[in-house]
Amino acid sequence: MNAQAVDHADHDDHHHGPAKGWMRWLTTTNHKDIGTLYLWFSLAMFFVGGAMALVIRAELFQPGLQLVAPGFFNQMTTMHALVMIFLALMPAFVGLANWLLPMMIGAPDMALPRMNNWSFWILPFASAMLLATLFVDGGAPAGGWTMYPPLVLQTGAAFPMLIFAVHLLGISSIMGSINIIATIMNMRAPGMTYMKMPLFVWTWFITAYLLIATMPVLAGAVTMLLTDKYFATSFFSAAGGGDPVMFQHIFWFFGHPEVYILILPAFGIVSQIIPTFARKPLFGYSSMVYATASIAFLSFIVWAHHMFTVGLPVEAELFFMFATMLIAVPTGVKVFNWVSTMWQGAMTFETPMLFAIGFVIMFTIGGFSGLMLALTPVDFQYHDTYFVVAHFHYVLVPGAIFSVMAAAYYWIPKWTGNMYDEKLGRFHFWMSTIFVNILFFPQHFVGLAGMPRRIPDYAVQFADFNAISTIGAFGFGLSQLLFAYIMIKTAIGGKKATSEVWEGAEGLEWTLSSPPPYHSFSTQPIIK
Amino acid sequence: MEDKAAAGKRSMRALLTKLFVFPVLMFGFGYLMVPLYDIFCDLTGLNGKTGAISSAQASQMQVDTSRQIKIEFTSSINQQGNWEFRPAEPTMLVHPGKPYTTEFIAVNKRNEAVISQSVPSVTPNKAAAHFDKTECFCFTEQKFDALEERKMPVTFVVGTAVPKDVDRITLSYTLFTKEPG
Repeated sequence: MNAQAVDHADHDDHHHGPAKGWMRWLTTTNHKDIGTLYLWFSLAMFFVGGAMALVIRAELFQPGLQLVAPGFFNQMTTMHALVMIFLALMPAFVGLANWLLPMMIGAPDMALPRMNNWSFWILPFASAMLLATLFVDGGAPAGGWTMYPPLVLQTGAAFPMLIFAVHLLGISSIMGSINIIATIMNMRAPGMTYMKMPLFVWTWFITAYLLIATMPVLAGAVTMLLTDKYFATSFFSAAGGGDPVMFQHIFWFFGHPEVYILILPAFGIVSQIIPTFARKPLFGYSSMVYATASIAFLSFIVWAHHMFTVGLPVEAELFFMFATMLIAVPTGVKVFNWVSTMWQGAMTFETPMLFAIGFVIMFTIGGFSGLMLALTPVDFQYHDTYFVVAHFHYVLVPGAIFSVMAAAYYWIPKWTGNMYDEKLGRFHFWMSTIFVNILFFPQHFVGLAGMPRRIPDYAVQFADFNAISTIGAFGFGLSQLLFAYIMIKTAIGGKKATSEVWEGAEGLEWTLSSPPPYHSFSTQPIIK
Repeated sequence: MEDKAAAGKRSMRALLTKLFVFPVLMFGFGYLMVPLYDIFCDLTGLNGKTGAISSAQASQMQVDTSRQIKIEFTSSINQQGNWEFRPAEPTMLVHPGKPYTTEFIAVNKRNEAVISQSVPSVTPNKAAAHFDKTECFCFTEQKFDALEERKMPVTFVVGTAVPKDVDRITLSYTLFTKEPG
């Protein structure tokens, strides 16, 4: 990154450049620096969470207990989820928002640069606190990332660390979201009306609202857990008149919007990339905006589909089943629009486009298995099996994570001024795609056959598919080292990129030089 | 930023106030869900929450001798604690509108005093709202001496408005150890 910093300094003849030395990164209020910090942080945490996943898969390679104790296995499943959701995926999207939103709407920076610095720098400390639980008495949280009581209350010394880490991560993302909303509402270039904003801006605008609406609810739920454990309240303790099922209602009131927080920015990214390489404008722009808003609204009234088996009355199960299935309509609109954008386009298949197309196909597979899970009667069989694991990993790995990678390949020439290695990028795509399917597709089968999730051992009839899945996991994990190599190599140097970078790219960010000046758009462009 | 007009700054401040107040309100909403959940369960009878009425109210009810409902009693022990806990009689035939009393027997098998709390639940849900207790050991904490065995009474009445298709109601108690007494 130092090479890039020097490059920036050369470009900046009319503005002061970044401060020198490592203090630049600590004190920076520049949206590009903060975006860069978020993205590298997220990449590092992606490997931490990935290593945990490999511990899980290594143990599941064969039936029986071989490598780790069951308690540690449970710590790994819990921490893998927390790290990937809160430390890898969410910071990745916030990093992309930081880098791209001001450049896309023609603003000089984010609306609240100092708070932006704070939003980021809370993260490493919160993460350190969460990861440090691995080394305390009783080990890391092992009751699942959903933190259901009463099980989670049995967590040892890690318990308050978990709760406060969740609080800090929540504060960080709430501040980040406030910043994003303020930037989008107040700093758009003259003439950029809401319905002219790029879709990545739109999807993040809606995502930010979801975040400020639901992260505080999670904070409240975990605070109740904290007072239940240490201050003798009985929110979730049946003996004291509380109800553990109520935690699930409050948690999933946060949790279901949260899963859309992890996917809506991905929709935005793919909607930016596909038109570029199909060389056609996005099909159905306004329907994309309305579909995103509909999905966000519906996300608040479907939470109980995560808890069909807790004993809901049949009326509630029907309501949540139909409401959930309704989400397939706006999501289907999106998939049709992406396909229609590609239809009869002059398509080329550079790495970002490959990842975007991979996203459309494999996210849709995950969407369909989600539709199956939405059916209350069959959910009673699928609940807490590997079918659920296969479903949400299809929407999150070749879904959300592929979109982040697509974004990284698509915009890194703009960010650094250097082209990535196209041959290596395509190789990375094909390795990832092949292995991710070897990894997760067999999990559908063992799940339908009844293999429960979060269990370190399993019946021998599941052995073959689990062995295949583990091979896929290690192949996928190793392929990501290639991704890190490509990104670092591109950050350091490489063939110079033009300002447009891509022949068919539209949008304000492509009117800036590559890399863009440290302070872009100090005079705002006028949109006609 | 520097050349932004004062009006822009004012509207920014108004926006930020709203954006910061909103999460604070949502934090409160998380807590508001607790009483809302209780009210929702009380109104619908979900979660098997039963009603409590005074014995005077219960005695004023019209007895419906044309209907007979079978009441089943079950008991379970929360995992912590060393108890024996069972209903004195497994089933009972009752007429709607008439109060009945039965007992649950609990034995503290520990060699020390302990405080217990029993939590009731009634199924089916649609009957729960019509299942009223005038007196119950579950209304208060129960203190047990070391190795004490005790019969604990519950008096209940099934309301006459209980839906016609209900011919069987299960009353279940879970016994929790609150703390060593």
